[in-house]
Amino acid sequence: MAGRAGLYGAVAAGGFRRYATYGTATAAGVFTNTVFGFILAYTYIALWDERPGLGGYDQSEALTFMWVSQALLAAGALIGGGFQEEFQERVRTGDIAVDLYRPADLQAWWLAGDLGRAGFQLLGRGVVPLVIGGLAFQLALPTAPLRWLLFLVSVFLGLVVSFALRYLLGLAAFWLMDGAGINMMATVVSIFFSGMLLPLTVFPGGFGEFVRVLPWAAMLQVPVDVLLGGGGGAGRTAGALGFQAAWAVVLLGLGRLVQAAATRKVVVQGG
Amino acid sequence: MAERVVEGGSGVASPAGRAVDPGLLVPRRSRVLEGLRGYGLIAAMWIRSTMTYRTSFFLSTFGNAAITLLDFVAIMIMFSHVDELGGFSLPEIALLYGSCSASLGLADLLLGNTDRIGSRIRDGSLDTMLVRPVPVLAQVAADRFALRRLGRIAQGIAVLGWAVSELDQLHWTVGKVLMVPVMITAGAAIFGAVMVAGAAFQFLAGDAAEVQNSFTYGGCTMLQYPPTVFAKDLLRGVTFIVPLAFVNWLPALYVLGRPDPLGLPGWVAYASPLVAFVVFLPASLAWRAGVRSYRSTGS
Repeated sequence: MAGRAGLYGAVAAGGFRRYATYGTATAAGVFTNTVFGFILAYTYIALWDERPGLGGYDQSEALTFMWVSQALLAAGALIGGGFQEEFQERVRTGDIAVDLYRPADLQAWWLAGDLGRAGFQLLGRGVVPLVIGGLAFQLALPTAPLRWLLFLVSVFLGLVVSFALRYLLGLAAFWLMDGAGINMMATVVSIFFSGMLLPLTVFPGGFGEFVRVLPWAAMLQVPVDVLLGGGGGAGRTAGALGFQAAWAVVLLGLGRLVQAAATRKVVVQGG
Repeated sequence: MAERVVEGGSGVASPAGRAVDPGLLVPRRSRVLEGLRGYGLIAAMWIRSTMTYRTSFFLSTFGNAAITLLDFVAIMIMFSHVDELGGFSLPEIALLYGSCSASLGLADLLLGNTDRIGSRIRDGSLDTMLVRPVPVLAQVAADRFALRRLGRIAQGIAVLGWAVSELDQLHWTVGKVLMVPVMITAGAAIFGAVMVAGAAFQFLAGDAAEVQNSFTYGGCTMLQYPPTVFAKDLLRGVTFIVPLAFVNWLPALYVLGRPDPLGLPGWVAYASPLVAFVVFLPASLAWRAGVRSYRSTGS
């Protein structure tokens, strides 16, 4: 058991280091997230000037929502990126057979690597835009360490949900061969339903209630709400974390079922 | 930044270097034609290749339109709570949104793949392009030509059409009617110049495609909202430094009959084509300097 944990730990560390080598790309990403942050901040100010309290946030909470989401986008691979394209390429070229022969669980192996990647993105592309946003605008960041700890737990669960969904995309390559189209559609959906364009609490009526129970809400909307605290205290936070954990379990389980079906399809050409 | 690029290039442009460049021996006009012909051939090749996976092509074209459409849905959700944003109504914002989306889509279709040059420099595959008898820029721009980007153009034009039909209380003059296509093409040219400059920057900075994206995609996100929403300093920056305001803000304000927040004279609305031409000069100089300063990674 300890050996297994060590193995996946090493895979995660590898994922972290791999992305840490792309220094210029990370700097370029920080620049991009900061530029988008500034542009969106002004539109949020205009919107919350017109409608104070919209979606249950005051203006500084809305700005916090936006800057924290800029800090989480790359880690959660909400705008693409991540491992799924590489996974699909390995399926297409047949390299996936090598992965299947490793003395490790296929899903856990890729999860560890993706969490390593996400860990780097969180530090590399997350912290700086949030600090700049905090200096330039009036944000409502909490000061209690416990709140930040709960936020990190929620971010972790959100990353697992994001991985579990993208793992299904990766597996789709066993049937589709070319993943470009389905990846594009998945990105469309995640941009809209995660709360990246607008907080999901601003979405009107029954449609709003519907989007808040989808798995994409677990990736961005829920972690930011856990950080902001809101009313309702401990019970509400526990409910939020439970919601994320439930989606993680369901989607990881679904991934294992599809994986079993997919690996039965694999035919290794000898050589 | 631009100055450094030019400097780096001038050091390499020795007489000896010129003598071995066969491209400069050919008269200028035919080099442009050669470039366009090469571009067309490469683009046609990529279109044929994309059509191999037809389902994937249709999905990604639709996805391309849908990504931008959801952007607009988000604006519509905003307007389910407010009547005005920065003093502008939804049809007025739709005019801004549609025009900049169409411009960016057009530039993206024709030149968008120049941002892949960073990875080409890194893996050394730019070398093969340098020895082919087609201008490098044409090859880089046509590389992986993505017809699916028609999706964004179609969506932008559709939103623009809706905006125009809703804005029937406007006094349409000949000047205003002409302004709309001029705004879209000049806007595409300005975005195109930013893309070429961004590609040139990658000769210096390596893998920095995202910096380019923050000026193009980020710029378009900004231009779909009215200028009244943003701080004056930001407006000055996108008017006088990176002249994105000429993509659609200034021409659209003229069409809508609204004053410019910076108080610029009225004739600037007509200046977009000129601005596009002017920004292409430093961009193409930077590109030339970048190609000349290029040293292969070797093997």
